Amino acid sequence: MERAPTEDTASGRKTMGHGTNFISTAHLSRGRISLKRGNLFGHTPAKRRILQTPRMQENADARIGFLLRKQLTLYSVTPLYRFSYDRLQEYSRQLCFVIAAEKQKGLAIHVEGDLKLKVKFSSLSVLKTSEKGQAGVLIQVTAENAGPKVVWIGCFCCTCGDDILETVMEDFTCFPLFLVNGAESLSAIIGTWLQQTFDCSFSLLTISPLNLAWMAAMWTGYKIEHHKRAMELTFSVPGTSQPLDISYAIHAEDAKALWDSIHTTQQEVRQEQVNLFMDGLCYHFYRHFKIYLSATRLVKVSTSVACVHSDGKIKILHSAYLMEILALMTELAISQIL
Amino acid sequence: MSTLAAFGKLPTLNSATILLVGTNEIFQQQLAETILQEKQDLKINIHLADSLPLPPERDHIRPRIDLIVFMVNMQSKHSYSNIEASLVHVDASFFLGKVCFLATGAGRLNQISIEVNAVLKLADLYCSPVLFCELECEKIRIATAQRLLRMLRICAGHMSGVSALSFSSLMKSSIGDSSFLA
Repeated sequence: MERAPTEDTASGRKTMGHGTNFISTAHLSRGRISLKRGNLFGHTPAKRRILQTPRMQENADARIGFLLRKQLTLYSVTPLYRFSYDRLQEYSRQLCFVIAAEKQKGLAIHVEGDLKLKVKFSSLSVLKTSEKGQAGVLIQVTAENAGPKVVWIGCFCCTCGDDILETVMEDFTCFPLFLVNGAESLSAIIGTWLQQTFDCSFSLLTISPLNLAWMAAMWTGYKIEHHKRAMELTFSVPGTSQPLDISYAIHAEDAKALWDSIHTTQQEVRQEQVNLFMDGLCYHFYRHFKIYLSATRLVKVSTSVACVHSDGKIKILHSAYLMEILALMTELAISQIL
Repeated sequence: MSTLAAFGKLPTLNSATILLVGTNEIFQQQLAETILQEKQDLKINIHLADSLPLPPERDHIRPRIDLIVFMVNMQSKHSYSNIEASLVHVDASFFLGKVCFLATGAGRLNQISIEVNAVLKLADLYCSPVLFCELECEKIRIATAQRLLRMLRICAGHMSGVSALSFSSLMKSSIGDSSFLA
């Protein structure tokens, strides 16, 4: 990026040409700082707005179906350098060669026989939530001579992350969240290629018990007509020699009744409400089993909507609330890369 | 007597008493052992409790407590609420520099069940300093033990020229402005 001449820095006034460039950078860094300040020690916000996303069209289901009912691993990604939607085909070709080369080197890509792998990058406009928002990018690896069958998918998205889009610099594209499903070995090769090509960095998006509690509460509140299943919370007991987990299942109706009695604000969910909900459940458990669940660590939340594990694995079960879930995950990914 | 008074008893000659309050016995024990390993020219008494109030029947044989350390395990909500409930049983005069919070396990941010801000706020509310430490790591544990001992000496009046109150106000200014807590 071009730097402004020093006299602009001194005067600090808006000038034309290079100066404008400088001013915009200043704005950017200020924006980033304010985001960071609000996120000191990575703490969760005191309240979250309930998203009013437009319902997806009926045919959208088919286009996002690949994200549903699959174990996806979550990664947070720093902004991509010089990524362009116009060069998706070129990327497909390059990555295809890279995978073929790795396979020739004899690195273990666990596929039976000699599968011919084909890579396809495509833009996912379904994941666009607003005018300013950007479309997601889907990477699919298909085994040609076996079906064709999709063996690996990766999906970049930035759902409702409009405020971070404003702060990224020119030449950078921000997709804070990357979802992966498929063989580890392929993930490693593709991950390395993406990081080298776009000068970005991937890190596993782990989810803290605090955020898991948010998910448990928010997802309980979502209305679902069919395919209801019990809400299940898994707690890990610390300080034991062998791993010891406590699983706590609640009927979906009961959990919803409890949440509805607590959640009185229509537009937002507050931290106090989430705390109250979790404390209520833990207290009930204590009454029956004399175990303080509050002394353990919440590691997994599974509801009718989705199932998420603290080590960054998610399974989305319902298309109806896909956008809400992706938006929340994007928010967490952003707070991890800031 | 339900509240723990700071000046209810006379001090014992050439000794100082520290009270560690926390739900995690292993950490308490480890920290206590580390404190005892430090060479001292005065006698250190360490009392452990999982919550306050202390049992009244042994009160007459308990020495005067010079420093209370509340150990908050950041990975357990239970330990936080337990400390919150225990604080009620401490006499106000203790908060003139004879109380300190020790937050453990805040290093692994993805595992914490209590927000760091919540602990800072609690400490701010009770005008007491917070120390952060990872007790699993031996070096940090030793450094924390040394730090607590130094505070204990001041609180017990073994450092001439520094009182507990003046020391805690010094600590407060080093924490800086707490405006971000608002």
